[in-house]
Amino acid sequence: MSGRLPEQHCTLAIIGSGMAGMAAALFAGQRGIDTVQIGMTGELSFASGLLDFMGVHPIETGRVWTDPWAAIKALIKDCPRHPYASLHPRDMRAAWAALVGFFNAADLPYHLQSGRNLPVLTPAGTVKPSYAVPVSCLNGVSAFENKARCLLIDFEGLKGFSGRQIVETLKPQWPGLTTRRIALPDANGEVYTEPLAQHLELPEIRRRLADRIRPHLDGVEYVGLPAVLGLYQPFEVYRDLEALLGRPVFEIPTMPPAVTGLRMRHVFERHLPRLDVLRTHYQQQVLRAAYSAADGFRLQIGVQEPVALIRAQNVILASGRFFGQGLHADRNRIVETIFNLPVRQPPGRTAWHQKSFLAPQGHPVNQAGLEIDAHMRPVDPKGKPVYPKLFAAGSILAHQDWMRMKCGSGLALTTAYAAVKALEQ
Amino acid sequence: MQTQVLIIGGGATGTGIARDLALRGIDCVLTEKKDINAGASGGNHGLLHSGARYVASDPAAARECREEGKRLKRLAPHCIEKTGGLFVAVRGDDEQYIADFPQLCAQCGIPVHPLDPAQARHLEPSLSPDIIAAFAVEDAAIDPFKLSLDNMAHAQQLGARLLRHTQVVGFEVQNSRINATLFKNIQTGEARRIEAEVVVNAAGAWAGEVAALAGMQINMLYSKGSLLVTQTRLARRVINRLRRATDADILVPGGTVSILGTTSVRAESPDVIYPEIDEVDFIIDQGAAMVPSLATTRYIRAYCGVRPLISSGDGGDDRSVSRGFELIDHADKGVANLITITGGKLTTFRLMAEKTADRVCRRLGNCAPCRTRTEPLAPTREAKWTEPGLAPKEWLRRNNPNDLLLCECEMVPQSALNALSASLRKRGDAPTLNAMGLRSRVGKGPCQGTFCSQRVAAHFYDRGEFTGDQGLANLRTFLGERWRGQHPLLWDTPLTQFELQEALHCGLFGLELTQNQGIG
Repeated sequence: MSGRLPEQHCTLAIIGSGMAGMAAALFAGQRGIDTVQIGMTGELSFASGLLDFMGVHPIETGRVWTDPWAAIKALIKDCPRHPYASLHPRDMRAAWAALVGFFNAADLPYHLQSGRNLPVLTPAGTVKPSYAVPVSCLNGVSAFENKARCLLIDFEGLKGFSGRQIVETLKPQWPGLTTRRIALPDANGEVYTEPLAQHLELPEIRRRLADRIRPHLDGVEYVGLPAVLGLYQPFEVYRDLEALLGRPVFEIPTMPPAVTGLRMRHVFERHLPRLDVLRTHYQQQVLRAAYSAADGFRLQIGVQEPVALIRAQNVILASGRFFGQGLHADRNRIVETIFNLPVRQPPGRTAWHQKSFLAPQGHPVNQAGLEIDAHMRPVDPKGKPVYPKLFAAGSILAHQDWMRMKCGSGLALTTAYAAVKALEQ
Repeated sequence: MQTQVLIIGGGATGTGIARDLALRGIDCVLTEKKDINAGASGGNHGLLHSGARYVASDPAAARECREEGKRLKRLAPHCIEKTGGLFVAVRGDDEQYIADFPQLCAQCGIPVHPLDPAQARHLEPSLSPDIIAAFAVEDAAIDPFKLSLDNMAHAQQLGARLLRHTQVVGFEVQNSRINATLFKNIQTGEARRIEAEVVVNAAGAWAGEVAALAGMQINMLYSKGSLLVTQTRLARRVINRLRRATDADILVPGGTVSILGTTSVRAESPDVIYPEIDEVDFIIDQGAAMVPSLATTRYIRAYCGVRPLISSGDGGDDRSVSRGFELIDHADKGVANLITITGGKLTTFRLMAEKTADRVCRRLGNCAPCRTRTEPLAPTREAKWTEPGLAPKEWLRRNNPNDLLLCECEMVPQSALNALSASLRKRGDAPTLNAMGLRSRVGKGPCQGTFCSQRVAAHFYDRGEFTGDQGLANLRTFLGERWRGQHPLLWDTPLTQFELQEALHCGLFGLELTQNQGIG
């Protein structure tokens, strides 16, 4: 490695800046661990903003659980190698409390009801079980559960979001749901959620939007909109629109990039670097990694060319799966991209995917990943930790299918919590 | 329902017969169990053969290709890109075959020009440096969807009727004659009965199954061929491997992409076939011998079709079975008004249709001459949007900011889909996402429908095209169909993008759950 690169020494390097990496940085920062975090934050833009814990088990039968804790109990019994099996419920609760507390303090309030998944509407007209939801989505849960008289507003020029689609799909169970299309103030042609959300932070624009919705509110108890109510001050925008309309308002997450996901990304990017002990290198990645027992981990980071050398005693690997580039597949096999760690995987490409996209048992490739020991350390096929101070968290872990099980965020933050705790021991 | 001629099968041959008969003033109904070109007509290279490929194995077929290819270039130029073609041999290929090739072409009347390897590589820089011989021929690329859609649309303008999603379930045979044909709509389950003077079985790979419903036996062989679509176009011309016809040795331009194939794998049945992973890997490795970048290029999609071959029972391999067509008049075997046409190839579809229509006319006592030999095929709005690059061009020209691009990869605006759904509605038919995918470029780009599927579904709800939970059903079917072509190619970037697709459609929408009782 080049000796000329500027060096940073730290107790902990976190590789990754998706939900698991961000959560790990938060938990490490809160514990006062001297930490460097490296990673591209782009993937968080594709998050829905709904924080799942555990919704579906077994995926073969598609059983949807109301109580995530009961679902986890059943899951651990049937799939003892799922990462949840190695976690303590007390730590899982602490992880949720810390994350939601962080969001609340950053004016991005989330609501979670321990022991209960909440039904959230999607643009496809389905209802998704999620655990911690933005407060701005919460009235949608009561509107749906009470099958209240509810008006869905959608916007001219916003693709992929049709109030009529949601109304038609839910009609049999929710006859009180109606919809109305509104032309946005000052808009022409296509509208994009992110600039629109920023635009709506101007009180004048909100007032004019409310003026266009108000004539349609006769007999309406709730008003639902695509999630565009503010980007940096969403709570303020949301409360103000409720006041202007005189009705409980709620947001429905849109297709990615969803503003509900972007808000989380902004809050992480803005507030995490304020933690004294945390140094962040967002929009950079680990280009080369080495380890020696004497020196610990040496990570060259940069975009194309290395710009710095991070020397760390511990590493938490939260680099994600294929989309996050923590894993990579060629025609024959799957590899871990930074340390070339052993990846638990099906025997060959023919066994990666099912012949049908929606096959109920899910695609085996989604359960490929890193196997870990009780201390969250990736292990070799014999079960020995590959490095004594390398920990892993999040979707890169094997034996889980977060998309089918609806456990993505919960997996990310509870394993991140456990990894931080493990390295302190 | 009554008609003079019932045509079963909406591939190139069936739609060609419909147009041919309609041009002779004969009333006909075409039934198709799925949609236009659902079988081999949609699952091929889109290659208009010069004939050179068959000069050694089947000189008669080679001559037919030569004649029909020339004719189609004149009569349906909007369906064809006159790319020209090369035959190239690489080190290790059979030198005797190379030496005989020009003479074999000459014997079939097929123009061929020798090139030295350097010249060939100058014309097509993607060719391997290991090329040892090259010849230029008059191959071309043809859009089989535009071709069949235009044939059908023209037939419909002349009074022919099209019934999609309409599957034959039986025949009422009495005194050696089909009195009526019985159908079921595969979407609605609705039954239908059609009386026709003559029934034409143009069901391609399913011709044996259809004939069997009338008690007739045809010994079919099912030879599956898989193909791969690259993300970018790798060559201007068709590139053939100069050797006896075998697997994975043709690369054909398809507008903005290239298509590599094929294999020849015996299938038990024409239903439930997939492009398999071992075929895909084999095709790539073979193709890379001619064009090395095929080893590393990004592939968008794989697909396959079943060649309907008639068994001669002599036990040769499937490539030695004639690619010529088979016109069977079942009068000889006891059903007076049933004719089966099968086998053949896309290049000779018109000739097959002509011969079939001649036979039908003889049966009807109609002596009108065939007009598809001379009458140009007109472009229609039903087939317009299959062309890559057309939608973005028109969209930019119109410059209407309210005409949203629903498929951003291929730049298909909502106006194009509105026009397509209107043309289906006009004929009493209803649009689906799959029908849009077949008639336009929607879902054919790198995202393979991840985003455009929901955007088009939302748009169709807005316009009242979809009601109830049709959106969910359409998303599932459409993504399921795209999946068939995605799943053998999921490594590197496509696997990354697929993860996003599943995160959206399963993670957020829960499409996998709604088919159980699940949520929503």
